[in-house]
Amino acid sequence: MATTTRRRTVELPEHPDFLWTARVTPKKVYDVIIIGGGGHGLSTAYYLAKNHGITNIAVLEKGWLAGGNMARNTTVIRSNYLWDESAGIYEHSLKLWENLEEEVGYEMFFSQRGVMSLAHSVSDLRAKARNYHANKINDIDSEWLTPEQVKEIAPIVNINPDVRYPVLGATYQPRGGIAKHDWVAWGYAKAAADMGVDIIQGCEVTGFDIRDGKVHGVKTNLGPIAAQKVGMVAAGHSSVLANLAGFDIPIQSRPLQALVSELLEQVHNTVIMSGMVHVYVSQAHKGELVMGAGTDAFNSYAQRGGFHVIEHQLAAAIELFPIFERAHLLRTWGGIVDISPDASPIIGHTPVDNLFINTGWGTGGFKATPASGWTMAHTIATGEPHELNAPFSLDRFVTGHLIDEHGAAGVAH
Amino acid sequence: MLHIPCPYCGPRDETEFHYGAGANIFYPEPSSATDEEWSKFVFIRENPKGWHAERWVHSAGCRRWFNVWRNTITHEFGPTYKPFTEQPKRPA
Repeated sequence: MATTTRRRTVELPEHPDFLWTARVTPKKVYDVIIIGGGGHGLSTAYYLAKNHGITNIAVLEKGWLAGGNMARNTTVIRSNYLWDESAGIYEHSLKLWENLEEEVGYEMFFSQRGVMSLAHSVSDLRAKARNYHANKINDIDSEWLTPEQVKEIAPIVNINPDVRYPVLGATYQPRGGIAKHDWVAWGYAKAAADMGVDIIQGCEVTGFDIRDGKVHGVKTNLGPIAAQKVGMVAAGHSSVLANLAGFDIPIQSRPLQALVSELLEQVHNTVIMSGMVHVYVSQAHKGELVMGAGTDAFNSYAQRGGFHVIEHQLAAAIELFPIFERAHLLRTWGGIVDISPDASPIIGHTPVDNLFINTGWGTGGFKATPASGWTMAHTIATGEPHELNAPFSLDRFVTGHLIDEHGAAGVAH
Repeated sequence: MLHIPCPYCGPRDETEFHYGAGANIFYPEPSSATDEEWSKFVFIRENPKGWHAERWVHSAGCRRWFNVWRNTITHEFGPTYKPFTEQPKRPA
C-alpha cells in the first residue's frame, strides 16, 4: 500500500493487484447471501464477519464489484441531519469512518475537510438554524457561519449580496468531508474476503426460493443457491427484487447525475452544498471539481438523465463560484437511486421471514456505507434490528412514524 | 432531455412538463380503509423496470394532465391516454 497520509495528494498510488479471490462458481449453500456487491452490501458482509463471526457468506453482484451507485456518487460524508433517528445512524457512520482505514487496513483517502451548507433566503436561514440547533442537541459538531466566515473558509465563494440567491449564512460540519469511493469498496471487499466471504461477480438474482413465508435461497443465472438468511442491498433495483419476492416497497428509482471538470489546481478545500440553488461541489484529490445536484424527475433504470439538469446545476455553480466559469466539463454520468417517501432509508425485516432489506438511501447513501452495513449485519445476525436502525423499519409507512429528512437534507444530500 | 408526446399539443421538450408519477391510483373508501390500505394508497407506487404507466402535466403548454406508457429502461414513449379513460394495453 502506498501513501497513508490524510492530506490531499495530487498523485494517487498505482491501482492495486487483485485484493480478493475471484471465485467464479458459488457454493451450493451459504449461511447468509447478500444481494448487491456495492458499498453497503460489502460493508454488510464485512460486519457480519467481523462483529458477528458469520463468515460463510456470499455477496452476489450482477455486474462488477461496486460498479453501481458506489462508482457514481460524489462521496460526501457528513452526519448533520435534523432528526434524532438520522443523527444517530449517520453520526455512528461518521465515527466508524474516522477509524475505518486503520480498522480494515486499507487506504480510503478519507479527508475531513468540512462540509458547508449555504442558506440563501430568510426561510432557508431559519431551516438551517433549526438544523444547527438540532445538531448541537445531538452532540454533532456544527458551526454557524456568517457570509464573511464562509468566505474565510472557502475564498472562492461569491458572497456578493447583489445576486439572485445571495449567501446569507451557512452551517458547517468540520468533521464532514469526502473519501475515495472505489478504495472504500476495495477495502471492505479485501477485508471481508480475508475473513472468508465469497464475492461473486456476474451473478444476477432472478428469483427466490420462498416456502411457507420463509426464504430458503435464491435463483441466479449461475443456478440456485441456498441460504439460511438473505439480505437485499440493491439500491435502485430494490423494487425489482422485492417484487420477485412477492411484496411491494415504497421506493421509486430515479436517475441522479453528477459530473467532473477537467483536472485543475487545488482551489476548493472543503465541500459546499446549496439545496436552494441545487448544487454541491468538492474538489477531488486529483483535482477534478466534483458536482452533483437533484434527481431527474421521472422513474428510470437507464443510468442517465437529461442535460438540462446538468445545465441547471452548472448555472448555480457559476453564480456561487465565478472562477468555475472557464472550467471545462470532462464527464457526466447518472446512477439509479432508491428514493423513499420520507428521504430516509429502510433497513430491517420484510414480509418474508429471514429475508431482510436495506434500501431507500436515495441520493445520500455513500456517507452511510459503514453504519448501513453495521446495522444491517446486526439485523441479519440477530434477527432483530439494532437500536440505530429500528426506527427505519419498512412498517413505518403503515404506522406513520416517518423520519422526514426532506427539509433537512434539501435536494443536495 | 425527453421528447414527450402531449396528446393535446404533440411532442414537446421535457422542460415544458412536470412529472406526476404512477397513473391509475384510486382513492380508497375513507370510511372502511385499513391502515395498510391507506399506506398503499399514499406510499406504494409501481416501480417497474420496463413499461410504466405514468402521469405528466404540460405545465408550460396546454396545462392539461394526461397518462402515458413510458419504458424506464429505454425512455421510449408508448401510447398516451386521458385520465379516467380506459388504459391501453402495456406495450410489448
